[in-house]
Amino acid sequence: MSVSLVVVRAQFRALCVAFVPESAELNEPGWRELESEVEQALADRPPAIQKQIALLIRILDLLARARHGSALAALPPASRRELLTRLQDSRWLLLRRGVWGLRTLAFLGYYSRPDTAASIGYRADARGWEARR
Amino acid sequence: MNQVRADVVIIGSGAGGGTIAQALAPLTADGRKVLVLEQGARLRDDEFTGTEVDMARALYQDSGGFLTEQGTLTLAFGRTYGGSTAVYTGTSLNAPERVIRGWDVPGLDYDDVAGRCRKYAEQNHVHLLPDDEINDNNRLFELGCQRIGLEAEQFPVNVNGCRGSSLCNLGCPNAAKMGTDRVQLPAAEAAGVEVVTRAEALRIEDHAVIVRVSRPLDGEKGLPSSWEPGEYRIEARAVIVAGGAVGSPALLLRSGFDRLLPRLGEGFTCHPAFILVGEHEERITNDVGHPKSFYLDRAQEEGFVLETCMYFPFITAKNLTGFGPDHSVLMKAFPRLQMILVLACDRAVPGNRISVSGKGATRVHYEFTPEVRSSLARATITAARIFFAAGAVRVHAPLASPPLLTRGQADQLEQRIRVEEFLPGRTSVSAAHLMGGCAMGRTAEDSVTDAWGRVHGVPWLRIGDSSLFPDSLEINPYLTIMALADRTAEALLADSSALFDS
Repeated sequence: MSVSLVVVRAQFRALCVAFVPESAELNEPGWRELESEVEQALADRPPAIQKQIALLIRILDLLARARHGSALAALPPASRRELLTRLQDSRWLLLRRGVWGLRTLAFLGYYSRPDTAASIGYRADARGWEARR
Repeated sequence: MNQVRADVVIIGSGAGGGTIAQALAPLTADGRKVLVLEQGARLRDDEFTGTEVDMARALYQDSGGFLTEQGTLTLAFGRTYGGSTAVYTGTSLNAPERVIRGWDVPGLDYDDVAGRCRKYAEQNHVHLLPDDEINDNNRLFELGCQRIGLEAEQFPVNVNGCRGSSLCNLGCPNAAKMGTDRVQLPAAEAAGVEVVTRAEALRIEDHAVIVRVSRPLDGEKGLPSSWEPGEYRIEARAVIVAGGAVGSPALLLRSGFDRLLPRLGEGFTCHPAFILVGEHEERITNDVGHPKSFYLDRAQEEGFVLETCMYFPFITAKNLTGFGPDHSVLMKAFPRLQMILVLACDRAVPGNRISVSGKGATRVHYEFTPEVRSSLARATITAARIFFAAGAVRVHAPLASPPLLTRGQADQLEQRIRVEEFLPGRTSVSAAHLMGGCAMGRTAEDSVTDAWGRVHGVPWLRIGDSSLFPDSLEINPYLTIMALADRTAEALLADSSALFDS
């Protein structure tokens, strides 16, 4: 992971599990694959974005501690989702945008994996109809 | 800085720039040098793999997720040889007469635009796909419309040898889509036009363009540029800007033309859109076959258009509202999903515009007006009705709370789908029909160019892309862009004596 995100890896993985419950079943190479996609996507963006994302994850961790008395990564996934849902529905645009951005990264990392595509039954093939008939 | 001389420099190689390149190619027979500058790369045919994230990174600006300043809308536009024509689905509709007349641009005649649309439809092999190439996702849309008394229309598409990969938006892996990368640009190059890829126009000066040519990054798809990496100053007798509705106004703003053109960057529209999915009990064909074969035009009556669509796993996940177990269940139903794209016909309004930062970075400002929100809500209700009429058991509707609607709720759609549920930053909205910013009109007081793409007060500078649209087109814009670009090229040829012999 990029320098900024590596320090919040545990929290990032916890968020991924909240957004995509199946990601909890990933082994270490699977997580590395997911994180590599996220890292590459962030590398194309201005460096400030990486810092903002790391900062947002830290803020979520603080909110989890304040609200639930537990670090984000230690919260049960349902509680994590409840916290994120609350923020997603917030009256503050900045918070809604933040959750949207994090979920987008989690989806990018998880759903761009070939294993995931196969597991959900996505079968697009360059050969088109020929591959199905 | 390297110095180059040319007679005409065309900035951009998409529907606008590619069309102009071909139309101006005869100039090369007279010894004129015509250059096309494309910011993106030219890919080899075998690099079109259909792999979602790799192709998005190779073909789109910001991987297809260019974020507006408000952070509530992502814009998808191509950055490759052929521009967005390499990544769209090939849907090719003539400009609506009502809209062109409504633009009220002196000198822009509807019949002239329609004639040019027909010319490019023919050139690009635009036709209706035969019945046996239509997949279930599209058939169910047509059936659903029919059952609720609405008439879906079939999209004419510009494909030749389509194998039905469904991967149009990731660049056709079979070279079957007749974009400018397959038709106009190769024809222009064969005639002597030079296309330089990986060439970013940084700014425009008096009769000159400052360009940076980049080398490929490690592992990046695409051929190296034919020019050595570095900065160039290209002197030109005429410059045609065709970098799209985001790129063209941003380049002109960065170059200081706003001092002459107070309307520069204003009037941006984009048909903001989101997807709905309907879940069927049985597997359907959705990720095979052309993805966008039918549409429902309710622009005039209700301010929206519905189109069939089928996206890839990540884009689908991103565009569904929410997350967690419910979201996952829907994703796992992928082989049973029907998909509809809902587009609002937005209007050019003050504030929705292109600007550049102090450092020259491109910014897009876009707020969802109450009218757009209402259109999206009405469209969502109609799309949900279509899904249920077609036999869906559940529908995911972004403006319903909770977003999953069951068949038992099919008679409560008006109550369940509410405009109040549209929450910018939560509701995933994207757009790919980017228009305006260098609008045609009468004078510099109300517009940037005349009806032929001539920039007011700057005779050597022309515009030839969707940034010319004074307002939303209310339908897929590619043929109209080509028609307007054709006019820009024609006007330049008509003015060539004054431009080239001065």
